[in-house]
Amino acid sequence: MLDACGVAHADELFAHLPEAVRLKRPLALDAGVSEYEIVQYFRDRAAENANGYASFLGAGVYRHYRPVLVDTVVSRGEFLTSYTPYQAEISQGTLTAIFEFQTMLCQLTGMDVANASMYDGSTAVPEAAMMAVRATGKGHVLIARSVHPEYREVLHTYARHQGMPVTEFGYVPEAGTIDLEDLDRKLDGLTAAVIVQSPNFFGIVDQVKAAAEMAHQRGALLVVVFTEAVSMGLVEPPVDADIVAGELQSFAISPSYGGPYAGILAIKEKLIRQMPGRLVGQSTDTHGNRAFCLTLATREQHIRREKATSNICTNQALIALMATVFMTVYGKEGLRELATQNLAKAHYLAGKLAPRFCGKFFNEFVARVDDPEAANKALLKKKIIGGLPLARFYPELPDAVLLCATEMNTRAEMDAVAEVLG
Amino acid sequence: MIEKVREHLSQNEPLLFERSSPGKCAYQLPALDVPPVDPAEALGAENVRAEIEGFPEVSEVEAIRHFTRLSTWNYAIDHGMYPLGSCTMKYNPRINELVARTEALAWAHPYQPEALAQGSMEVMARMEAALAEITGMDAVTLQPAAGAHGELTGILLIRALLQQRGNPRRKILIPDSAHGTNPATAAIAGYAVQNIKSSESGVLDVSALEQLVTDDVAALMVTNPNTLGVFEENIIHAAEILHAKGAMLYMDGANMNALVGIARPGDFGVDVMHLNLHKTFSTPHGGGGPGAGPVAVKAALEPFLPTPRLKRAGKRWAYDYKRKHSIGRVKAFYGNFGVLVRALAYILAHGGPGLRNATVDAVLNAVYIRKKLEPYYELPYPSPNMHEVVFSDERQARHGVRTGDLAKRLIDYGFHPYTVSFPLIVHGALMIEPTETEGKMEIDQFVNAMISIAREAETDPQLVKSAPHGTRTSRVDEVAAARKPVLRWKPA
Repeated sequence: MLDACGVAHADELFAHLPEAVRLKRPLALDAGVSEYEIVQYFRDRAAENANGYASFLGAGVYRHYRPVLVDTVVSRGEFLTSYTPYQAEISQGTLTAIFEFQTMLCQLTGMDVANASMYDGSTAVPEAAMMAVRATGKGHVLIARSVHPEYREVLHTYARHQGMPVTEFGYVPEAGTIDLEDLDRKLDGLTAAVIVQSPNFFGIVDQVKAAAEMAHQRGALLVVVFTEAVSMGLVEPPVDADIVAGELQSFAISPSYGGPYAGILAIKEKLIRQMPGRLVGQSTDTHGNRAFCLTLATREQHIRREKATSNICTNQALIALMATVFMTVYGKEGLRELATQNLAKAHYLAGKLAPRFCGKFFNEFVARVDDPEAANKALLKKKIIGGLPLARFYPELPDAVLLCATEMNTRAEMDAVAEVLG
Repeated sequence: MIEKVREHLSQNEPLLFERSSPGKCAYQLPALDVPPVDPAEALGAENVRAEIEGFPEVSEVEAIRHFTRLSTWNYAIDHGMYPLGSCTMKYNPRINELVARTEALAWAHPYQPEALAQGSMEVMARMEAALAEITGMDAVTLQPAAGAHGELTGILLIRALLQQRGNPRRKILIPDSAHGTNPATAAIAGYAVQNIKSSESGVLDVSALEQLVTDDVAALMVTNPNTLGVFEENIIHAAEILHAKGAMLYMDGANMNALVGIARPGDFGVDVMHLNLHKTFSTPHGGGGPGAGPVAVKAALEPFLPTPRLKRAGKRWAYDYKRKHSIGRVKAFYGNFGVLVRALAYILAHGGPGLRNATVDAVLNAVYIRKKLEPYYELPYPSPNMHEVVFSDERQARHGVRTGDLAKRLIDYGFHPYTVSFPLIVHGALMIEPTETEGKMEIDQFVNAMISIAREAETDPQLVKSAPHGTRTSRVDEVAAARKPVLRWKPA
């Protein structure tokens, strides 16, 4: 090959690089190691993390059992090592799976169209807000304080430089649901989007219908966020929303210390030209057979450049496939049963503690705990990671802990928590 | 002659919804160990949904056959060379998949106490240090989820620094050869985009740059090597022009796999850059994602990095949330940790010398392909190329055969197409990137296929224009798909 390239040594291939840019020393990184040593390195790191603990953390990341089929499917090289399916003729596997994913997300959310995934729930929120701004021609965004605090932070980061003022509105201190009076005061003719979460950050099924009515009366769109996708097995979907922006981590995506996850945008049909991200559509091939392809690409950055709906390019296809397999394995009946189990577990635990809010909740809730940090320390001694103390995000809630119980928490674990917190 | 493949049977498979039958399921749950709860009572009857209409109902074996059959309809790196220019489709080592599933890493919750997450934090700290060394930059954030997300983060950092200096400025300069994400990112960060025409040799036109850089320019976004696979030889001069006017140099690191171990952006004037871990560091593309887009910066930009930052607290790692100049979060939690684990495994496996070898092999493969195909395809820019080579379809177009047709015919020869019609500065571009993964045998088969197709374009253009012929799906009507979009299944 060197002969064909007309060089005696491969380093000559870099001879055209200016002298001043060249690195004159080896990279200061260790020499390469074997497969066994790599396994050992990560085992050692894992040993420095929590091992053998029960956990009651939720707050946007949920512990759900991952059916074996999920990794079996996503480990297939045909899915794992393929690129974005631009070449439809040799990408029908990915395209068909995404089409099924889009369909299931529509069925779950009650929306007309779902895209092929976003990075995660937190980045889906600013994308939803920007979409609403484009669709309404207005610039202001209202977001409930009961939306995940880190999602709100991400929205603020994105919004700051786009002439898109973001205002937060409160929650009712007794119920933990959105404060409709506060929303009413802050909503005006300049509002493009009202953003609420349900079940909200406190685990409470929120007042989507009332928020939709208010938003629509003033010509704003309603964006409904979800972080706990399993709730959709049981909870009424947000059919009154214009945009649903959610996180699918609950669908067989391991917590993995915060990512990678898969976000989703699902919308009413009228907004389709404003949708960011990839979309798969149905068509036919020259033989008249059903076939799928990426479609409506004129919204996207590789065609529209600075006029695109978003700069997003990479999506979360493999993670979305995990969710697709999860939804297939659980199916119509299983997702409901899974959700019902979660509901029962959380209500069992809540029954032994002092709930802070009276709103109806799904699988997580806020408990009143005098000294959350001390209580969590006591739980750690029993090899239990307690809930999330809320003071970090809500200074007005110094005595509140957000606890989540899923199908993976046993009655014995919950009894142990109740002993310390109850 | 088609050497690499012959036709074989493939299974048909309906959509999940079409193969569902009531009552079938593939799940198992443990028996409930707490009293059951009536959903209507717990949630309020109005909050309980009806059954999910149309949702799948299949057995376990039906589920696995469904997805296995679908998988066989894909082409993948595991099948062979995937020469998509700019996409860096290199082998994805399976050890990386294994270690990412190490239980206490995969099941770590982002809010578990720092004392019980030291292993995860050490992985991230090591990754930050490795990327800083590879890029020659001073600090790294791992938070961005993908390349374009990293671009946005980087431009927001520039904006924040310039703002602190008194004026965020108005414009970002972008060469016409850039990826589409660059202008889209600048727009989202609140900047106007000004395009710069490439020089006749396809690189940054420094004299044009000199005229365009005013007090109103925040930064130049440049890909290096650029999308022609050509190193921007005037990069140091360009950086000086920008810096003299108080503007910054942003580097799109999409092509960093041509530089690792050879040259470091931090040493040639770059102020901020992103990396695509799913390109240079081999994490799997997975049919479109996930990726990770860490951003590396010079010290002046460090105070503005997203929160939280890792910091040392005695013998432990901790998070620093109190950073008053930070641009804020760009994503919940700390980044795509699972992708970082895979990329770190790749770095550990290669080590410093191995990473450099990978770069050399990638460039050798691309130069070899160029030399072999130059007699048959038009090379619009003769500058020395690095990890990829861009031809045009000029000669084949005389017979009515365009780059898209040549690409589709390549499928019949058992290869994934190269990147079609990009970069935009080359009319009818064929952008070919072999990566270091390929050996001589696979590359020679590819070269022979390309030569054979060039002949077919002359002797039997219709054969090429109607390709592919050997796939289970022939050309898909993309126009019809866009005209009347069907984006979900509905019962007939």
